[in-house]
Amino acid sequence: MPLNRSYIGRKLPPTAPYLVGREKIREFATAIGAMDPAYHDPAAARALGYPDVVAPPTFPVVLTMAANRLLRDDPELGLDYSRVVHGDQRFSYTRPVVAGDELVCTVVVEEISSRGPHEFITTRTDVSTVDGEAVVAVWAKLVVRGE
Amino acid sequence: MEPGEQLPTVTFQVTRADLVRYAGASGDFNPIHWSERTARAVGLPGVIAHGMYTMALVGRAVTGWVGSPDAVLDFSVRFTRPVPVPDDDVGTEVQVTGTVRSVADGRAELDLTATCQGQKVLNLARAVVRT
Repeated sequence: MPLNRSYIGRKLPPTAPYLVGREKIREFATAIGAMDPAYHDPAAARALGYPDVVAPPTFPVVLTMAANRLLRDDPELGLDYSRVVHGDQRFSYTRPVVAGDELVCTVVVEEISSRGPHEFITTRTDVSTVDGEAVVAVWAKLVVRGE
Repeated sequence: MEPGEQLPTVTFQVTRADLVRYAGASGDFNPIHWSERTARAVGLPGVIAHGMYTMALVGRAVTGWVGSPDAVLDFSVRFTRPVPVPDDDVGTEVQVTGTVRSVADGRAELDLTATCQGQKVLNLARAVVRT
């Protein structure tokens, strides 16, 4: 079943606030082997001018993947997840994510297209604080492999 | 950093244990990253690394080159080939290289590559960093 083109331009309701924990940042940084003190030690992060530990560049995917799950689970869109592979990924930062941030994700379907038997869906997820401060914009392009 | 400068190659070892740890930390529990049975059933050669794990390793190389954990302003990749990770204690290796494309206004644009077993696993990989 092809992807439902009427979803192009659709904006999902904002997600519930996600409180970025210091231990979550440390856990993520440890899992990718990123041992810079600013990811682990609040004093090192404060020395760089941040209120608490800083998240590594790809950390926002923890939130954005969860935010995009709404689309994955939406039968009207018709996304067969067993045939999905990750195509492109981009992060454009206003500032790094920092422990203590309370973040909200707003997902927009930017594009749905096809080439041969394959289909493509690009989402943009704007990650901002509950006070409306933009933090990072995240694009993900998924490829739905044709039969 | 100067335009045309070649940044030193960084090599990362990737084992199954790393993938399990990344799955837990990131919340991406897609079984193709830990179950041989599932990976093969969908036509993969075996368990593969999360694309976002590979991207995270490239991010480590970038922040290492710049010498600053918070320097990345923009970061993008295209995933072109999977990174198979064998079920042994050695795993596989991902090698990351970078070239400085341009430097202006306190920013540098880097062209990045990541290879596994001599084959490129990313395309159009770029980062803009504060210098």
